[in-house]
Amino acid sequence: MATAVGSLDERVARKGLLDRLVARPELGSVLGALAVLFFFSVLTERFLTPLGVATWLDDSATLGIMAVAVALLMIGGEFDLSAGVLTASTALVTAILATKLGWNTWLAILASLVFALAVGALNGWLVMRTGLPSFIVTLGTFLALQGLNLGITRLVTGTVQVSGMRAADGYAGAGFLFASTIDIGGTTFQISIIWWLLAAAAASWLLLRTRFGNWIFAVGGAAPSARAVGVPVMRTKILLFMTTAFAAWLVGTINILRFTTVQANQGIGLEFQFIIAAVIGGCLLTGGYGSAIGAAIGALIFGMARQGIVFARWDSDWFQLFLGVMLLAAVLVNNTFRRRAERVRK
Amino acid sequence: MSKFSRGALTAAAASVLLLTACSGPAGSNSGGNTNSGQPAGGPLRIAVISHGTAGDSFWNVVKNGAEAAGKELAVTVEYNSDGDPAGQAKLIDNAVAQQVGGLVVSMANPDALRDSISKATKAGIPVITINSGEGRSTEFGAVTHVGQNEGIAGEDAGKRLKQAGKAKLLCVIHEAGNIGLNQRCDGAKRGFGSTSNLQVDISNPTDAQARIKGALQSDPGIDAVLTLNPQVAANTVNAIKESASKAQVATFDLNPDVVTAIKADQVLFAVDQQQYLQGYLPVVFLKLYRDNANTVGGGRPVLTGPGFVDKSNVDAVGKNAERGTR
Repeated sequence: MATAVGSLDERVARKGLLDRLVARPELGSVLGALAVLFFFSVLTERFLTPLGVATWLDDSATLGIMAVAVALLMIGGEFDLSAGVLTASTALVTAILATKLGWNTWLAILASLVFALAVGALNGWLVMRTGLPSFIVTLGTFLALQGLNLGITRLVTGTVQVSGMRAADGYAGAGFLFASTIDIGGTTFQISIIWWLLAAAAASWLLLRTRFGNWIFAVGGAAPSARAVGVPVMRTKILLFMTTAFAAWLVGTINILRFTTVQANQGIGLEFQFIIAAVIGGCLLTGGYGSAIGAAIGALIFGMARQGIVFARWDSDWFQLFLGVMLLAAVLVNNTFRRRAERVRK
Repeated sequence: MSKFSRGALTAAAASVLLLTACSGPAGSNSGGNTNSGQPAGGPLRIAVISHGTAGDSFWNVVKNGAEAAGKELAVTVEYNSDGDPAGQAKLIDNAVAQQVGGLVVSMANPDALRDSISKATKAGIPVITINSGEGRSTEFGAVTHVGQNEGIAGEDAGKRLKQAGKAKLLCVIHEAGNIGLNQRCDGAKRGFGSTSNLQVDISNPTDAQARIKGALQSDPGIDAVLTLNPQVAANTVNAIKESASKAQVATFDLNPDVVTAIKADQVLFAVDQQQYLQGYLPVVFLKLYRDNANTVGGGRPVLTGPGFVDKSNVDAVGKNAERGTR
């Protein structure tokens, strides 16, 4: 982005460091995260202890994996309301195959991945084929999956949870990859944190350094113009829905291997948290603008706020109020910076 | 590391991991041992972490009980809840990070809380389980369990309805993911006989009422409805009025509406698990455990129910339900 030294064209001219910083969509979320971090570190004793850090990083990690994928989709101009429930569906598929049908854990996880990608592809295909807003289409998949989750679980197990994952073949190996812990200086950190960092890095690379990334911005910004210059709009959007589904599979797998049990009503309502995290991270609800790193930081803000409130020992009756006010503040900070960024870019 | 023969792990994640000590999730048999890590006397801080959703009337009474005990014994009590098992596990981790002096946990989904609770016991924090998860409590190293056996409670409720001369029972489940509710309905079936289940969503009372109405209309043979939550009981009373059904209602748990309904003969009886005790007693037990090394129950759960509230004792109990203690 800084190669055009010497060019006279002001569109590619090199800008000052401050201007370039301000123009980054994630700057607001970085500042927000620092503010939240500072706030709870000063306010509570244990927020910044290693164990405290492990707690809020853990909370941010699975949310962050989803937020990153949802951010890509939102930049591409679409929503996925089925993403929250899909994290439970994928866990249920894995758990039922492994514990009820006796499949090897790896095989069950693989089947669950195929299932997730199929749901993602279906979402994308339906949105493109029908021309309906993705809000409506994925609301349909959301409800359908919710029903499937409960219906099939009750049908197969006679109850509303599937458990016993620990005894399945291949659990130890798969558990190592998706649910192990890392010991640093006597504090255990969940491996999901590493998956979160990987997801953020991969998504960011995809978005900023590949042709597909350009397509994402193009289809989200103006799909008809994108189509006119030869961007495969349909393929791009279907792939984006499949990316979200893939992330849901990753989170579902992490959850089922870590908690070794899944209940049929899990995941409902999480889809909004994913979207909130992406918006805090600088994504526009209208598409075409945003960042994957920002979404990962948005999830960090969410996790820090959620656990920080507990550390601060505020009465839990007011919990959602605190959370709401804090998130609103983060978004407002963000918005201020985005406006400034837009001025700089002009 | 040699423990994991599947060490041929994929790419990037592994290389990061190799730099630090790491461990996979533990295998099947990890019993925790509880040690009181704190000296007797001095301030005590107890975290109560339930699976109830915020604003649930049942859990509000538990919270009141825990806070009342805290006030009486000069113990700091902090109540938090999350209906999602993963969220509840994180709240427990949070309490461990804060080094609380004692932990009270409801285990609607024991497996999901296993690691978090063992983290607590390993850190020397005594744990008492409440409400649900009775079967797994000792295995997880809890000092004791305070609650009601859901199966027995359901069975007793079913028997009582049978004695009242009922022939066909509808059992209403209001929370899809809750294993305890299913155990109650299964118990009711054992005690009663001909029973069918109906699933409703407690967060949408209008819908719950309509669905119960629909079930009553579609099967006029139903002459008894067992609800598992007082709010749903009130919905059912309305549904019966609107559908001209002759069914009678029995419910789990009390609230002022149910008290009024019992007085008015609209609800036959309420199974009362006295959840106030599930908040109150663990705080007392944990204080005694720390200060005097006492354990209660002798390895068996301390049962807070089922008690039954019907016309004979509703006046006395009703007054307390209004205060939020029953």
